[in-house]
Amino acid sequence: MLDGTDLVYSYDGTFEGLMCCVFESYECKESPCLIRPPSVQQTIFDTSKWIETDSQKADRVYNSIPVKISSEAQELVKLGFLTCEENKELLILRFLRLGFKVGGKVMTMLTDEVVCSLQKAVRHLTSESHKFKGFIRFSVFGEALVAVIEPKNYVLPLLSAHFCDRYKVEKFMIYDKTHSVALIYQSNRAELIEVEGLTLPNVDSTEAKYRLLWKQFYNTIAIEGRTNPRCRMTLMPKRYWNQMTEFDNMSDLFQIQVQVAETKQAIPNDINKTADKTTRYQIQGS
Amino acid sequence: MGNAAKAGICHSFSADGRCISLLKVLMTNVCVFDCKYCINRESNDTPRAAFTPQELAELTINFYRRNYIEGLFLSSGVIKNPNYTAEQMIKALELLRNVYHFNGYIHVKAIPGADSELITRLGLLADRMSINIELPSQESLRLLAPSKSKESILRPMGLISTKIQENRTDLVKYRHASRFVPAGQSTQLIVGATPDTDHKILTLTEGLYKKYGLKRVFFSAYMPVAENSLLPAIDTKPPLIREHRLYQADWLLRFYGFEAKELLDEQNPNFNLQVDPKCNWALNNMDKFPVEINRASHEMLLRVPGIGVISAQRIITARRNGTLDFTSLKKLGVVLKRAQYFITCQGKIMEGLKITSDSTIRTLMSDQYKLPSYQEQLRLFDEPFISREEVQQCLTAQI
Ligand code: SF4
Repeated sequence: MLDGTDLVYSYDGTFEGLMCCVFESYECKESPCLIRPPSVQQTIFDTSKWIETDSQKADRVYNSIPVKISSEAQELVKLGFLTCEENKELLILRFLRLGFKVGGKVMTMLTDEVVCSLQKAVRHLTSESHKFKGFIRFSVFGEALVAVIEPKNYVLPLLSAHFCDRYKVEKFMIYDKTHSVALIYQSNRAELIEVEGLTLPNVDSTEAKYRLLWKQFYNTIAIEGRTNPRCRMTLMPKRYWNQMTEFDNMSDLFQIQVQVAETKQAIPNDINKTADKTTRYQIQGS
Repeated sequence: MGNAAKAGICHSFSADGRCISLLKVLMTNVCVFDCKYCINRESNDTPRAAFTPQELAELTINFYRRNYIEGLFLSSGVIKNPNYTAEQMIKALELLRNVYHFNGYIHVKAIPGADSELITRLGLLADRMSINIELPSQESLRLLAPSKSKESILRPMGLISTKIQENRTDLVKYRHASRFVPAGQSTQLIVGATPDTDHKILTLTEGLYKKYGLKRVFFSAYMPVAENSLLPAIDTKPPLIREHRLYQADWLLRFYGFEAKELLDEQNPNFNLQVDPKCNWALNNMDKFPVEINRASHEMLLRVPGIGVISAQRIITARRNGTLDFTSLKKLGVVLKRAQYFITCQGKIMEGLKITSDSTIRTLMSDQYKLPSYQEQLRLFDEPFISREEVQQCLTAQI
């Protein structure tokens, strides 16, 4: 299939656009060596061919996948598009070309370079999104829950169902800093919108209190004499720590303590009492 | 609010590498019992405190809203008497479920000695229930936990297991029947506080899975908390490797089709600390190896040291499309370090592989003294979300 050309497609960066690239490649019987989204800089050497997005063409390609290959293949392609794999466009094109040739069997060709790479990229995506289901931290601002993440892959579409179900009666926002997008949910409706930047207001005393309690819980639950930093790092790589309450840096912790100290009057004794309990309670019982 | 997600979600990992999924707290650390191995025993001089049901419910809901946790794991010392304790716990859970409309996961420990009626009410509020057996034999219980008996533990365990069964039929009959501990029951055994052997512990474990339909049995290496002539000396190190071996064997029972009697017997009642149980089994059954990757049954593939559930599945899928060689195995992500000694591809062993008993044994044992991961222990759900590969990286020794 690779004919050594230096043909480059450029497209608008949407999934539909990519489907049109697939269409084009069939129609003109050519295989590009690169499919470039707008975010990638053009080099002076490539003479790229602009592929116009046409939703009819896109639908024809997309709808033929479950018929000619399988619905699992369609799912894989959809997910593949969300991955941070550098050459995802080309991988998807080659995967589809192979699939249209051999049919549903393509999904089991695990030792094929293209199939193997695409599945690996998708595994990276799904495992990252699964990690975020746990590692995302919300802060409460007034009525709303707000979280910030910095994922490698475009995980928000995969997180949407889980968090909408979890916080059915809440309002929440998850801001993806990497891709400048936010998932916003209120009154039973979820939306993905582009967001350039986000400045959050200061946290109030209740928020500060629960952050502190959580840190204390986190710090007490590790069993002394069993610390295993290497293992923790494998299971929860450092890049996630940035946005996790339990790893707020010391100055932050200090700030919270100050705030807590200041608001002590408002919520008498409460903080220390409950904090004390969480601290003391990580022990065996019954 | 909330959902009880099916696959386990870890919300954090503690410094010791264990998954943090639930807010694990005691209703109170006050206790009128005097279990010798427990820090909260009556005779121990330790500060005591208690949550009110309201405080506990608020803490849980606020942690849950911030996505710190997946739910609550509530246990308690025995305050006043077992029934009073159970009632306090019921109050807290009722607040959570009915006032805060909390639908997240709740794991509650049943209090030994509480009335059946109270245990049943707890079970209707919780997703999972557990009663810790702690000590693997009646004799050890009598010595170390005089206020508990085999009966006071097994009776509620039997009750829960019957209720779960009844509930299954009820749910078929009446669609709106309330659910009784839908996530099943589990228990924990302490390892190393008593002279009980691994064979005894593993056989008991297997029995618990079969007889009481338990979802999980957890093991906990004993950490000395008291100077007592009946217990290991206070400076004894917790038997971490042994605990790890038991977890590996537990996986073999649950996912790899092994039976306890294949792994240990009266003559060899304890696990080899140098070699993991699967490897150990393979070394004792060399007549069954090497297995041919292109023909071996799924069952047999699972028995090859180094090949896990996912690898076995990928091999089965991939070989439908043609013959596999060692290069394809690597592409599939099969780790050959251990497996290479036990397999052939198209009748050939791996190129360049030298089987001298010395180097073989060394490879098979090379990970022996690395500290294993305990993230298994706190995992409260059955389907691991972390891929087997990741866990294995941490378990260091692939099972
Ligand atoms: S009943 Fe539970 S809390 Fe009380 S001493 Fe025994 S193990 Fe500890």
